[in-house]
Amino acid sequence: MSVPNELITRTAAELADALAAGETTSVELTQVHLDRIAAVDGDADAGVHAFLHVDPEGALAQAAESDARRAAGETRHLLDGVPIAVKDVLATQGLPTTCGSKILEGWVPPYDATVVRRIKDAGLPILGKTNMDEFAMGSSTEHSAYGPTRNPWDQTRIPGGSGGGSAAAVAAFEAPLALGTDTGGSIRQPGAVTGTVGVKPTYGGVSRYGLVALANSLDQVGPVTRTVLDSALLHELIGGHDPLDSTSVDVPVGAYVEAARAGATGDLKGLKVGVIKELAGDGWQPGVMARFAETVDLLKELGAEVTEISCPTFVHAMATYYLILPAECSSNLAKFDAMRYGLRVVPEGDPSAEAVMKATRDAGFGDEVKRRIMIGTYALSSGYYDAYYGQAQKVRTLISRDFAAAFEQVDVLVSPTAPTTAFPLGEKLDDPLAMYLQDLATIPANLAGVPGISVPAGLAEEDGLPVGFQVLAPALADDRLYRVGAAVEAALTSRWGGPILAKAPTLEVAR
Amino acid sequence: MTDVLVPFDEVIEKFDPALGLEIHVELNTNTKMFCGCPATFGGEPNTQVCPTCLGLPGAMPVVNGKAVESAIRIGLALNCEIAEWCRFARKNYFYPDMPKNFQTSQYDEPIAFEGYLDVEVEGETFRIEIERAHMEEDTGKSSHVGGSDGRIHGADYSLVDYNRAGIPLIEIVTKPILGTGDKAPLVAKAYVSAIRDLIVALGVSDARMDQGSIRADVNLSLAPKGSDVLGTRSETKNVNSLRSVERAVRFEMSRHAGILGAGGFVLQETRHFHENDGSTSSGREKSDAEDYRYFPEPDLVPVAPSREWVEELRATLPENPAAKRARLQADYGFSDLEMRDVWAAGALGLIEETVAQGTAPQSARKWWVAELLRRANDAGVELAEVGVTPQQVAEVQALVDAKTINDKIARQVFDGLIAGEGTPEQIIEKRGLALVSDDGPLLAAIDDALAAQPDVADKIRGGNMGAIGAIIGAVMKATRGQADAARVRELVLEKLS
Repeated sequence: MSVPNELITRTAAELADALAAGETTSVELTQVHLDRIAAVDGDADAGVHAFLHVDPEGALAQAAESDARRAAGETRHLLDGVPIAVKDVLATQGLPTTCGSKILEGWVPPYDATVVRRIKDAGLPILGKTNMDEFAMGSSTEHSAYGPTRNPWDQTRIPGGSGGGSAAAVAAFEAPLALGTDTGGSIRQPGAVTGTVGVKPTYGGVSRYGLVALANSLDQVGPVTRTVLDSALLHELIGGHDPLDSTSVDVPVGAYVEAARAGATGDLKGLKVGVIKELAGDGWQPGVMARFAETVDLLKELGAEVTEISCPTFVHAMATYYLILPAECSSNLAKFDAMRYGLRVVPEGDPSAEAVMKATRDAGFGDEVKRRIMIGTYALSSGYYDAYYGQAQKVRTLISRDFAAAFEQVDVLVSPTAPTTAFPLGEKLDDPLAMYLQDLATIPANLAGVPGISVPAGLAEEDGLPVGFQVLAPALADDRLYRVGAAVEAALTSRWGGPILAKAPTLEVAR
Repeated sequence: MTDVLVPFDEVIEKFDPALGLEIHVELNTNTKMFCGCPATFGGEPNTQVCPTCLGLPGAMPVVNGKAVESAIRIGLALNCEIAEWCRFARKNYFYPDMPKNFQTSQYDEPIAFEGYLDVEVEGETFRIEIERAHMEEDTGKSSHVGGSDGRIHGADYSLVDYNRAGIPLIEIVTKPILGTGDKAPLVAKAYVSAIRDLIVALGVSDARMDQGSIRADVNLSLAPKGSDVLGTRSETKNVNSLRSVERAVRFEMSRHAGILGAGGFVLQETRHFHENDGSTSSGREKSDAEDYRYFPEPDLVPVAPSREWVEELRATLPENPAAKRARLQADYGFSDLEMRDVWAAGALGLIEETVAQGTAPQSARKWWVAELLRRANDAGVELAEVGVTPQQVAEVQALVDAKTINDKIARQVFDGLIAGEGTPEQIIEKRGLALVSDDGPLLAAIDDALAAQPDVADKIRGGNMGAIGAIIGAVMKATRGQADAARVRELVLEKLS
């Protein structure tokens, strides 16, 4: 098993073609990925540890059904039979869903998230559930109660977060596709530091029903893949109105695949690109800025008109985010009280329900979760609401206005996805503010609800680790992300002579 | 601590009461406020639940459009403004019967606000100003098992039924009601009664106070006579009959006066009402420390009813209650005095429903205001809860009209109905109450009566018609009341002519 099967290195689009051509079967594809997981994923102590739960039986059964459909000429979707990994924050009927928290250990949802329903209905076998920071709070996946995920590029480093599991699974060829969620960068920043592609769709573009909410007004489900085209394929599948999510917008899903194919031709003539002035400077790693500058030059070569755009309120995005998010999550996480499901800690004696709730929450939540519950509770308290939560909502409006003003001048905005490359495990664990700064460039999009993509921009000079290039578009103009993202990807892949992940080290087989 | 209760008259001499009422109305929509579960009452515990109303991780709410419609209609009927744009908010607090540990409610943006309702008490009209009517979801229902009184203290364990969790509620909140003086208890009762009538007329709720589909919280404070500063209020929760509303206000007025008269301070707290003796006892103290940390519900989009829709709904409103009262009085030919008794008894709606079944208005009035009101008073219940429905009153009167029974026997039929013995026909059958419709037995009884009282027969022959009563009385006695008196009279006259 130490020689990986060649199939796992193919893109989802290529695998779909191979299935259609009868060159392989879904069972074979699923099995080679399960083998890869068995070979490299390891556990909390060693290996990539992208998965919290692997479901070989379920995945192979779904694969067999897919093959039967294909044989009967009843294939449901282009991706029917292509396996996928799902972030553990999405409810999966019959599969454990822990959100990376001890408080949900052993919980098996009786229902599917809408996006999970859609991938199941389309016939994608679910390989398992991927690791994440507890309740998606973090930028390194170190806050998982089940141990960290390790970056396939360097297993002493973080894979980003909160969706480090989904990004690492795709980067380590354990899955061709994964679902992630992005509240302040949890899809894009892991994409950047693992050399993969991640998309945060327009708020409301993809159903949140069954996504265990971190911050309802910021969360969005999106694709995690190795190529822009694969993201477009997955985005078209999971996107679109859901009557179970009142905040999902009732407009047709965009032509993302078409946009990605158009972008891959490399023609960006007439495209107006704005470089966000505020997302640079102190604290930005020189190697990251160098790759970013090169990519901006590349856009010019492809015909785009590039200007610098100032979004002055973006400097307040971090403070705004860390009031709105804790406020919403302090309320969302109240339901974890041991009364109906999940962990239940019963203190000695004859405890009241309140005492059981307290003991369970004390034992079941990690420090970062407790920190945010406390901040949020404080921010919503009577007498402080106006000064904190109320004020943050006003700043949020100003940030949206900055975006609106910018998009009057340009078609897309660009920045580095994250200020640094992957940092060593443990480096920022005791410094929450330093950790929070990882999301400096990704947070504004969540606050304004606009879509963003991160595509690989190469490796930083100083450490040889991946750098992400972020593209932001106006709400509901997600197709622009795919056009620009695919153009960058095509040009750089050709410059590098192959995909960036070909430069990643061959993974040691975990014991 | 025993409450010092000041006699009501003395309370009124020294203090002015301020009332405030919060009424929760459970809507009769098919489904719950935010999910597709049935909203019906009485299913097996925890069978009418889904991920959303159980608050499972990841589940999301969707607003029930029918509930919004009902809320708007209630708001319009209460003469409220209807918000052009409003939101739901989360009211955060921990309790095992709250699946999410927050209640999805409305806070500073209610769907309806600034309205009023006029109520009449002893010929005087009081305008009750409505502050707001807002939408929210009900909680689950806790039962505390073991212990003496079903309360949580002393219970061995508690069970929670989440069937009720998520049932749509409309909460109607008044502004402080001032200037009611000694009529405060009656105004409170009349207001709740008027709300109930309105809800019934709108058809938006089962409106059963005994099943909790209308629940009243009674706020009361006293201020020294002439003072324009409100006193500290108590909030008596879940007062579940009209009579109890009146009693709770009366008790709280006497209790507050006892505390204030002794120089004490009334605690701002919630109180429980006790049906058995009409008293209240302390619940939890409601200090300023209680902070629900309201914020707009981020999983729902704002509710923005179009003006066209609001006007369409306005056109569906039932007749204004005051106008309807005047119309019915004219239609039914009730005198002012009769109407006042009808109104005081809370019988107008019942009479209307009875008349709708074909009963003559005066007959319906007679049964409800004379016969059934007496029974309700004896039983200490509201007229509507006496155990006889308008449909049954109509059936009984139809049997009287058909001469199957008479008024006197009808009273026994009501006894049977209240005792739950079946339909009027079944009760007549079981109890053997049908009038003797065959002339044969009547003629035999008349012969016996005439023979027994020959002097009376002579008087009748002599034209003294007043004497016929003695013969009819004897026949009624012989037939145990089951004779039609008019027929007996006819037969006696035939016989003696």
